[in-house]
Amino acid sequence: MLRAIVVVFTVIAVVGAGFWLLTRPMRLDQQTLAAMQAHEADLSNGQTLFWAGGCASCHADADAEGEDRRILSGGAALDTVYGTFGMPNISPHPDDGIGRWSLADFANAMLRGISPEGRHYYPAFPYTSYARMTPGDVADLWAYLKTLPAVESDVTARTELGFPFNIRRGLGLWKRAYLDAGPVIGAAELGEDAMLLRGRYLVEGPGHCGECHTPRDFAGAMRNERWLAGAPNPEGDGRIPNITAHEDGVGDWTEDDIAFGLESGFTPEFDSMGSTMAAVVKNFANVPAADRAAIAAYLKAIPAMPDAR
Amino acid sequence: MPFRQSTIAAMIVAATAATAVAQDDVIEQRQQLMKDNGQAMRVLVPMARGQAEYDAEAALAAFVSIRDSALVFGDLFPEGSETGGDTRAKPEIWSDREGFDAAVAAFIDDTEAAVAAAPADLDAFRPVFGAMAQNCGDCHEVYQVPED
Repeated sequence: MLRAIVVVFTVIAVVGAGFWLLTRPMRLDQQTLAAMQAHEADLSNGQTLFWAGGCASCHADADAEGEDRRILSGGAALDTVYGTFGMPNISPHPDDGIGRWSLADFANAMLRGISPEGRHYYPAFPYTSYARMTPGDVADLWAYLKTLPAVESDVTARTELGFPFNIRRGLGLWKRAYLDAGPVIGAAELGEDAMLLRGRYLVEGPGHCGECHTPRDFAGAMRNERWLAGAPNPEGDGRIPNITAHEDGVGDWTEDDIAFGLESGFTPEFDSMGSTMAAVVKNFANVPAADRAAIAAYLKAIPAMPDAR
Repeated sequence: MPFRQSTIAAMIVAATAATAVAQDDVIEQRQQLMKDNGQAMRVLVPMARGQAEYDAEAALAAFVSIRDSALVFGDLFPEGSETGGDTRAKPEIWSDREGFDAAVAAFIDDTEAAVAAAPADLDAFRPVFGAMAQNCGDCHEVYQVPED
């Protein structure tokens, strides 16, 4: 009997230790962080990344327009099929926002999905895409965020998820399986063309387009074999459109149609992009025209895929 | 008496069917109005982007067309027309009627302003056009479901 108890406890201890080891947060190495510290900040580039990264879509007030979209007081809730995610204040306020963070804290959040306290973030915060950003761009974005208004507001919706997603530590395993900073679309499709590679960087990295436009598997990971081919709306009715160059997607759009769509919200038929894409357009209207053109070129170059039937 | 009852029953069936048809109609009507707006935008956008010569007469005709759509648009979302006919109307139109009515009112105001301005040249055109076009995305953001 005693022996059985010892065996049971040993098994539990071993499994527990294994889980603990496999799920521990993997922070950025000192070398990467040192290079970021040495980087000279470019605020204009930081501003481009702020808009391309869509920070305002979740962290600004939903009714905010124009300059007010730079007030990142958080407080909204993202209701998804996995449950509800609360979106925090990321303004530079020292107590309610991220004013006391270091560049290293920010970089670990953006590139590794780890909080300053060493907890895993849920990938509702799209670090699965942001992980593809260059350390220099993350440093520029950090420098830009610090110039935005500090807002006193600690209203954050409670994150409420069902099992097993409610076990935050388990995200360590999920990241081992799915967090991949490598590109989705390789050299075979894009070659060495600088514009296409810029488009890839913006779409796969900061723009995090795949987070909504690519379908997810049972574990909530993006199915890269169906990259940008459209997906159920994670927040409710309808579908998020296919944006590959298939006739089910943007096959009959010109590159100018796509670039203009990102700037104005109008499709070639002059429907106006609605729902969550409306905020994305408000963001992309603020990035340089060359970047919108690069995104358009990339979307026309990646594998065209029909809608899921 | 049995005759009367069956007559009433028939009337109820007929009335229900008529309502269903009418609701399909309003969905089609509002979709048609949106397509008409798209046609008007097809005239206006290339001018705004400098891809077509500015034509004051064509611009005014397009503004009038959109204004006329705006004036009746709000009446095409009666109770009972929430679903059917490929509608992409979001339930928020009915659950947040005040907000929706305010959005339609803002659209009417900006289209009236564009018509009243009857801009003679591109410099006068761009601001009234921009203010009007802003309504499209603002309203779709809250009241339209994404499509595939």
